Amino acid sequence: MQNQNLSDVFELAGRSYRSRLLVGTGKYADFEQTRLAIEASGAEIVTVAVRRVNITDPGKPNLLDHVDPKRFTILPNTAGCYTAEDAIRTCRLAREAGIGKLVKLEVIGDEKTLFPDVAATIEAARVLVGEGFDVLPYITDDPVACKRLEEIGCKAVMPLAAPIGSGLGIRNPYNIRIIIEQSTVPVIVDAGVGTASDAAVALELGCTAVLMNTAIAGARDPLLMAHAMKLGVEAGRAAFLAGRMPKRLYATASSPLTDLLG
Amino acid sequence: MRVHINGEEKTIEEGTSVADLVAGLGLAGRRVAVEYNRQILRASDWAATLLREDDALEIVHFVGGG
Repeated sequence: MQNQNLSDVFELAGRSYRSRLLVGTGKYADFEQTRLAIEASGAEIVTVAVRRVNITDPGKPNLLDHVDPKRFTILPNTAGCYTAEDAIRTCRLAREAGIGKLVKLEVIGDEKTLFPDVAATIEAARVLVGEGFDVLPYITDDPVACKRLEEIGCKAVMPLAAPIGSGLGIRNPYNIRIIIEQSTVPVIVDAGVGTASDAAVALELGCTAVLMNTAIAGARDPLLMAHAMKLGVEAGRAAFLAGRMPKRLYATASSPLTDLLG
Repeated sequence: MRVHINGEEKTIEEGTSVADLVAGLGLAGRRVAVEYNRQILRASDWAATLLREDDALEIVHFVGGG
């Protein structure tokens, strides 16, 4: 049992990871809370955003003084980009800042829902893969879009559970299942998870991992929720490996039907 | 001489290199990346790149995000 857990790793862009929970670093009260939440989550991959340095106050403490890039895989995102061009520029800058070639590609298509612009995401992914990036695209829970991104050479596909920051949980588990069945790269549910049971559902469906930010940072007690998410992901993964019983419409008794009192 | 840094106008002296500018902002040795007139400028080229009137620089770093 223990041995099985230890050997249950997954490969992403040539590295192997044990934790199936990827966490963001946005919306925390301060860097110390960010650090403690990551610690409690057990995550090994941590997302960050790329933004302009505030040139009127450039010496402020930096996130990466608190989240050690030697210990964690830092995954820069292109959040806030609405065109393929801006997303590509952001990825090039992220790589130049010395973090590596792994990027979370997001090209947003709509301000209100933050749903991805699928065509622009595919276009940006093609360019970035061509430039040697390891691209992890945030994408709609659309099996065809996921297929295209995999064919282009993305190292994973990251379908959304629900809109970013909505906490609604997996809105279309059937699409997620189809994406898992067809994919030969890791499937990481990204965005929309609200609580530990949502994370468990993602892993029970057979997702490789789940990525979240607001569900932890937006909880009343972020550190306790980070711990809950760790357990949810572990429970979901174990249940997936265990193979759940079939659902039945009618009861089947758990106790013997023989030797009852006369 | 006027240049644009992160969307803001700044007046600098002739002969200022990108390396001088980055150091002047207290960012030497920090994990930042520079885009010079919309092209990535490698850190190894900062010292040799002298700023000219109306150049546009983007200097970015990593912040919290999801």
